[in-house]
Amino acid sequence: MLTTLSRVIKYGLVGFWRNGWLSTATIAIVFLVLVGFGGLLMFNSLANIVLADIQDKIDISIYFKVDAPEDRILEVQRALESLPEVKEVEYVSRDTALETFREQHKDDPTVSQALEALDENPLAAAINIKARELKDYEAIAGYLDKESYKDITDKISYAQNIGVIDRLKSIKSTVEQGGLLLIIFISLVAALIIFNTIRLAIYSNREELAVMRLVGASNFFIRGPYMIEGIIYGIVGSIMSVIMVTIGVFYAAPYVKIFVPDINGWTYYLSNFFMFMSAQIFFGVGLGVVSSYIAVRKYLKI
Amino acid sequence: MIIFQNVTKIYKMDDHETVAVEDINLHIHQKEFVSMVGKSGAGKSTLIKLLTGEEKPTKGKVSFGSYNVNKLKPNELPFLRRKMGVIFQDFRLLPNKNAYENVAFALEVAGRTQQEIMEFVPQALEMVGLKDKMRNFPRELSGGEKQRVAIARAMINHPDVIIADEPTGNLDPVNTWEILKLLLKINELGTTVILTTHNKDIVNSINKRVISVEDGRIIRDEEEGKYILV
Ligand SMILES: Nc1ncnc2c1ncn2[C@@H]1O[C@H](COP(=O)(O)OP(=O)(O)OP(=O)(O)O)[C@@H](O)[C@H]1O
Ligand SMILES: [Mg+2]
Repeated sequence: MLTTLSRVIKYGLVGFWRNGWLSTATIAIVFLVLVGFGGLLMFNSLANIVLADIQDKIDISIYFKVDAPEDRILEVQRALESLPEVKEVEYVSRDTALETFREQHKDDPTVSQALEALDENPLAAAINIKARELKDYEAIAGYLDKESYKDITDKISYAQNIGVIDRLKSIKSTVEQGGLLLIIFISLVAALIIFNTIRLAIYSNREELAVMRLVGASNFFIRGPYMIEGIIYGIVGSIMSVIMVTIGVFYAAPYVKIFVPDINGWTYYLSNFFMFMSAQIFFGVGLGVVSSYIAVRKYLKI
Repeated sequence: MIIFQNVTKIYKMDDHETVAVEDINLHIHQKEFVSMVGKSGAGKSTLIKLLTGEEKPTKGKVSFGSYNVNKLKPNELPFLRRKMGVIFQDFRLLPNKNAYENVAFALEVAGRTQQEIMEFVPQALEMVGLKDKMRNFPRELSGGEKQRVAIARAMINHPDVIIADEPTGNLDPVNTWEILKLLLKINELGTTVILTTHNKDIVNSINKRVISVEDGRIIRDEEEGKYILV
């Protein structure tokens, strides 16, 4: 058995080497398909973090009337905190708002002078709310629109943000669903292309397979070398593809940064490198082995 | 050793059927040398394919030693075939292997050790007179030489039977006789040989059993027979 296994491996390597041109072509195809697959995977996860980042910046605020009593405002805050859709509630009191305002304009003498001239704090208290999901903003805004709050609330910023939120909502669902569909589609296409390439390579050897059967070679002995070749195609193709995608991400990362300054695509890629590489190799080797296994099958019936 | 019992083979195609052999009863004993003759399309190759398990009979039973050939599953066939050596008109060598490797392959699939291979393969190639062309690939060998490599490959596992389907069909008279002498020698050493051929001279000069096939039936079966076709 061990002799057979070592012969199978030997013949796999020899076959790979002797079919130099065909092996190169097969690897090139595995490589291209995996780059497509990997690029899409990268693009999709990047799009998802970019969106998550933007989503995190979105909130709605309720501004209270200047004379609204603080205990009623805190009551609103508690009510909001108990809503399941709400992720985060931040109360900005009139004093805090003034503080922040002063801080922001401390280099602008006219503003500070104007503030000094007023004997009362002109700024309103506000509550900033972040929802768990984009779609929850509507419900929260609806909740705040209650009659009992009308006398203390001044305005709700949802109305101004609604356009942005809606757009983001639709982009997000497009990226999520479209990305998933595209990944499934590309995977299928990739599997088919790789399968067909390997099948053609084996088809061109079909007479040899028949001869091997006739001189008493077992199925394992015939199929094994092709599966070894399939493994080599997968490993070489996916390593090349990982290198290619790495180079691609390295050069593309600065452009992503221009659009979304908070995101460093390169560090993100590096931190997920191991997972990404495993996915590529798993996909590549898996396709190679399964394709070889199936493609040889029909010639083993003789 | 080889028994065909009421064997019929019908090839089914989309629009029609061909009865290749019909109701064959045949007994071949150990150490026999059997020639099978008959017109093209008579069914000789079909009988051989039924014996090697390449085709399954539509009716009847084919047995070889203790094997019930038509009942074997694809993964059991290799064991049967290691007990047979097959030779074809078109040689069927592996094109990417040289003469040595082609012969060694039959030992490798049988799981023999590297030492055995290194010992037996040169011996076999010497017997067929090709020791000095061991490293030649099939494309670098003449037809007769290719067939001798095929014979070395067929006998390397010491099979119980050598099955040769028109082994001299592509060869000139000199090479034809070379091949025939090898087959007779293998037979003398105790191996059953089954030979199909269209070569009248061969059949008439060797004085061995001759089975004549016509339209899928055995019409004549004689010890020390002659090549007679109506
Ligand atoms: N795979 C197949 N499918 C369909 N019909 C076949 C197949 N193989 C053989 N036949 C038919 O079966 C019949 C017998 O063919 P076979 O090859 O056994 O003849 P043969 O005696 O070997 O002829 P030859 O001397 O030319 O080699 C022929 O009519 C042939 O057309
Ligand atoms: Mg024939």
